[in-house]
Amino acid sequence: METIFFTIVAAVTVLSGIMVVTCRNPINSALSLILTFFCIATLYVTLDAPFMAAVQVLVYAGAIMVLIVFVIMLLNIRSEVGRRYTHAGIIGTVVGFLMLVLTFNFLNNSSLTGAKGLITTDVINKIGHTELIARSMFTDFLLPFEITSILLLVAIIGAVILSKKKI
Amino acid sequence: MLSLHSYLILSAILFSIGAIGVLIRRNAIVIFMCVELMLNSVNLTFIAFSKYLGNMDGQIFVFFVMTVAAAEAAVGLALMIAFYKNRESIDVEDLNLMKW
Amino acid sequence: MGFELFGLPMIYYIAMIVKVLVVFVFVLLTVAYATYAERKIIGHMQVRLGPMRTGWHGLLQPIADGIKLFFKEEIVPSQSDKFAFLLAPIIALIPAFIGFAVIPFGDTIEVMGYKIPLQIAAFYDTAAGKVVDLNVGVLYILALASVGVYGIVLAGWASNSKYSLLGGLRSSAQMISYELAAGLAIISVFMMSESLSLQKIVADQAGFGWYAFKQPLAFILFFICSIAEINRTPFDLPEAETELVSGFCTEYSSMKYAMFFMAEYANMVTVCAVTTTLFLGGWHGPGFLPGWVWFIAKVYFLIFVCMWIRATYPRYRYDQLMRLGWKVFLPLTLLNIVVTGLIAR
Repeated sequence: METIFFTIVAAVTVLSGIMVVTCRNPINSALSLILTFFCIATLYVTLDAPFMAAVQVLVYAGAIMVLIVFVIMLLNIRSEVGRRYTHAGIIGTVVGFLMLVLTFNFLNNSSLTGAKGLITTDVINKIGHTELIARSMFTDFLLPFEITSILLLVAIIGAVILSKKKI
Repeated sequence: MLSLHSYLILSAILFSIGAIGVLIRRNAIVIFMCVELMLNSVNLTFIAFSKYLGNMDGQIFVFFVMTVAAAEAAVGLALMIAFYKNRESIDVEDLNLMKW
Repeated sequence: MGFELFGLPMIYYIAMIVKVLVVFVFVLLTVAYATYAERKIIGHMQVRLGPMRTGWHGLLQPIADGIKLFFKEEIVPSQSDKFAFLLAPIIALIPAFIGFAVIPFGDTIEVMGYKIPLQIAAFYDTAAGKVVDLNVGVLYILALASVGVYGIVLAGWASNSKYSLLGGLRSSAQMISYELAAGLAIISVFMMSESLSLQKIVADQAGFGWYAFKQPLAFILFFICSIAEINRTPFDLPEAETELVSGFCTEYSSMKYAMFFMAEYANMVTVCAVTTTLFLGGWHGPGFLPGWVWFIAKVYFLIFVCMWIRATYPRYRYDQLMRLGWKVFLPLTLLNIVVTGLIAR
């Protein structure tokens, strides 16, 4: 059951991923990417991470992709009539496939060696995923958390300055 | 129960698709979306590892990756709009002002 | 009923399907009659009668409207992006309906010895002795609300018409802005209830401990921002008949137009149900009526308030709308979070 579900979702994920790269129209690329994000969110649910799934849809599908679609519409980019690939198209594809082969090779000869932690499915169901994330984020990772807030502030300022009338 | 490998293989495939997209497409926004795809495949790896190692740290990292992606989207799209205002195109092959 | 499937008793699945069907049909009927109620209420507020001809006091009007829209000619503009054009109404409609999956609309009931919670995505855990629902219910609703934007944006883009494009652009900017304020407004509720599960949030509000009383500012802000997010008057700039013809749905006709119309009203029902759950105590009320009656009564009252607002206020100008969202609501919600953090507990 679980394997069938995973296979279907994985197939849709990969297909829509390929669509992102090959679509002539940027809006269709964006739609396929949204589909990919939804599939990844369902995979997060199967991995006992419902909070991350909700955040995935909220942040990626709901915020970042809306911005991208908004910019595509604002610049009114239609289908690309001319060439859509760079002159490095073939080399790029070959390099990408080489990378994939190398990764597979690496994965085949590997096994999980790290120490098993305490968080199992039962613990997540009992305490709640949100509480577990909050606990480790606001204790062990407090400083990185604060730093990301500064990063966001910098990004806001950068975006405001860049989109001024005259740079 | 699914093995960790199936998730890792899926995310490897997604990462390669994203990388190929970044290398071969000319439209800057599509390249940007491919970068997001790569980031997402990495997130999937993080969460799969987090589940199979019984550790929460991977998911916190996904959180930070998402924050960085949001910041990147804001700045990157602002850059694209600025570029479009100057050159009336978002083709990366028109980004040749620094070339000689 | 001893038969089991995937480790759960059969009654669990039957109850799930029955709940889905009942809620879906009920929401559809509410959507249909909300259009009628809106025309009637606004009519009476403007000293008119509203629809009177079809049936007794126009009661069959929604059915007549539905049949009319169904038999209209289906028009797809020749220069449009066909796929996105067909996809847009579907994307607009679905998130509006599936939000109901996590909203608890009544107390746990007992059927043939099994306890069944009146919430679609939930079940009664006999071992733990409590109702288990989606741990991140509120985030689920926020996520769906953010996905609903695509329907309108795509409709605006795919129609390949200036009015539609302007409507789509306006709506995406407006929805992103107000989504942020709405999301921040309910953070103070999470801080009070210490949970994202709607079941827990409703349980916390038993006995008139409603969050509307504890968090009045958050309640008002959330309701206004939600109205803005679903493009109701006075924030209906994406449609704005007087300046944009009909905004994003200019090029739509027949059932596709009807789907946008239904999505708008379904969104209104969802938003009112979410507001009821988060701020007005959900299904809690004085004990002489069952919980679901209170829930429906509260939702209908909020829907009435939406229509009342529509009859009262004129439309905002676009810059006023943006200024209100970013310079008034956003700082106020942030201030509310800080004050809640300082005072509560």
